[in-house]
Amino acid sequence: METELAIVGSGPAGLAAAIEAAKTGVKVTIIDENPRPGGQLFKQIHKFFGSEKHKAGIRGIDIGHELLEQCEKLNVQIFLRTEVWAVFDNGKALGLKHANNTTEKLNTRKLILATGAIENPLAFPGWTLPGVLGAGATQTLMNLHRVLPGQRVLMVGTGNVGLIVSYQLLQAGADVVAAIDILPQIGGWGVHASKIRRLGIPILTSHTIKEAFGNNEVKGAVIARVGQDNKVIPETERTLEIDTICIAVGLSPMAELAQSAGCQTIHIAELGGWTPMHNKRMETTIKGIYVAGDVCGVEEASTAMEEGKISGIAAAESLGYLQRGKAKELMKERQESLNALRAGPFATQSKLGKEKLIERFHKC
Amino acid sequence: MERKTQTSEEKDIILCRCEEVTQKTIEEAIGKGGDTLDSVKRSTRAGMGLCQGRTCQRLVAKILRDKTGKPLEALTPPTSRPPFRPIKLDLLAQEGNKTAERK
Repeated sequence: METELAIVGSGPAGLAAAIEAAKTGVKVTIIDENPRPGGQLFKQIHKFFGSEKHKAGIRGIDIGHELLEQCEKLNVQIFLRTEVWAVFDNGKALGLKHANNTTEKLNTRKLILATGAIENPLAFPGWTLPGVLGAGATQTLMNLHRVLPGQRVLMVGTGNVGLIVSYQLLQAGADVVAAIDILPQIGGWGVHASKIRRLGIPILTSHTIKEAFGNNEVKGAVIARVGQDNKVIPETERTLEIDTICIAVGLSPMAELAQSAGCQTIHIAELGGWTPMHNKRMETTIKGIYVAGDVCGVEEASTAMEEGKISGIAAAESLGYLQRGKAKELMKERQESLNALRAGPFATQSKLGKEKLIERFHKC
Repeated sequence: MERKTQTSEEKDIILCRCEEVTQKTIEEAIGKGGDTLDSVKRSTRAGMGLCQGRTCQRLVAKILRDKTGKPLEALTPPTSRPPFRPIKLDLLAQEGNKTAERK
C-alpha cells in the first residue's frame, strides 16, 4: 500500500495533523491500534479550559467528533485495530498488522508519530493485585466501556488526572475514600481540587501508599505520612478498607517507534521522560519523520492539537502541497497559539521542557 | 481488619510483570556492575517480555539512578526494536513468501 503521509495515532495530535495536511491535498493514512479513533478525547467528558479559540468550554468528546467529521470530509483514510509492529527505511515504510490478522507494508513519503503517552507505574507491595489500575485506564473503563472498576477507591496522585478521575468516579457512583499525594501540595488545578473537596473527598498531601493487601484482589491499603525526605514517618500508618487503587502519578511519552527509527531522544523530566528531539516544525533528527502531542512531551489535548497542526503543515510543505511563504504564515499562527497555551502559570514546566528539547535539537 | 504483619521493607516485589523479575533481582544485577539500562535488561530479562518494558522501564531507571547516583538524564533507554506489538512469526513468514512470489 502507498500513501504520502502516514500518521501513527488518531488522538488529538494525529487527527489535527491529518486535517491540516489533507486540506492542502496530501493523501493521508492514519493507523491506530484502538477499536475507535480519538485517542483519549472520547473519555474526556469534562469541559476544556482556556480561551475560546483553544476550544475552551467544549468537552473532549465533542472535539473528538468534530475532528473525525473533518477527517471524513477530507477523505483521510483511518485504519483501526491496526498495529504498527515496525518502522523501516528511516520512516519510509511501516509494518502493519491489521485486525483480521493480515500483515501489510505501508510505503509513505512522510511520517508523523503521534503515539501519545503511557501511564507511569508505581511499585509497592501488592501493586500487582487485581484492583490496582491506572487512573487513565479507570477513566477508559468508566467513560468508554461503562464499567465501574470498584466501589471504594483510593486515588494515588493529585495531578489533574487524579482529581478529574476522582470526580468522575463519584459521578459514576463509586466512593473515593481519599486522594493522596507524596508532595506537600496538590498537583493539579485548584478548580478540580475544590470540586472534589466540596463533595467531601479528603485530599491528603505528604502521604504515600505503603502497601496494598488482599489475597486475590485488593481488600485494603496502608497509607502513611511522609517527611521532607519522602520517607514514611513511623506511627502515621493507617489502613483503608478499599477495593480499588487508582495510580495517577504522571505519564511518559511512548517514543519507542521514534527511537527505533533512529530519532534521537533526550530525557527531559518536565516533559515526562525520554522524548524525541524536534525543531519548531516538529521534525525529528530523522528528516521526514515528525512528532506531535504527548509523544514529544506530555502536555494537554489543546497543545497536542496545535503541535499536530504544525506537523501537518510542515509535512504538506515538504511534499510540495504548500508554498514556503504560505506554510510559514500558517505555522506562525499556530506557534503563537501554542505560545499562548504555554503562557499560563500551569504550563511553565512544559514550556521550559520544550525550550530545552528544541535547543538540544539544534545542537546535534 | 486482619492481614499479615510483614513490613514493606522485608517484601520483595515484582517490577517487571511480564518476565516476573523482582526488585531484589534488579538491585543484585546493579550490585554486580550493571550500570546501564541495557545491561540490567540483558542480565535480568526485565523489559524483554510482552510489553517490551513499557511498564517497568521507568521503575528500573529510578532504581538505577538511586543505586548508581547517575541522573536519569545520563541514562540511555534500552535499544528499541521491532516487533513493537506481539506478532506471530507465521504471519511474517506469509508476508515474506508473498513478497518473494511477486519478485
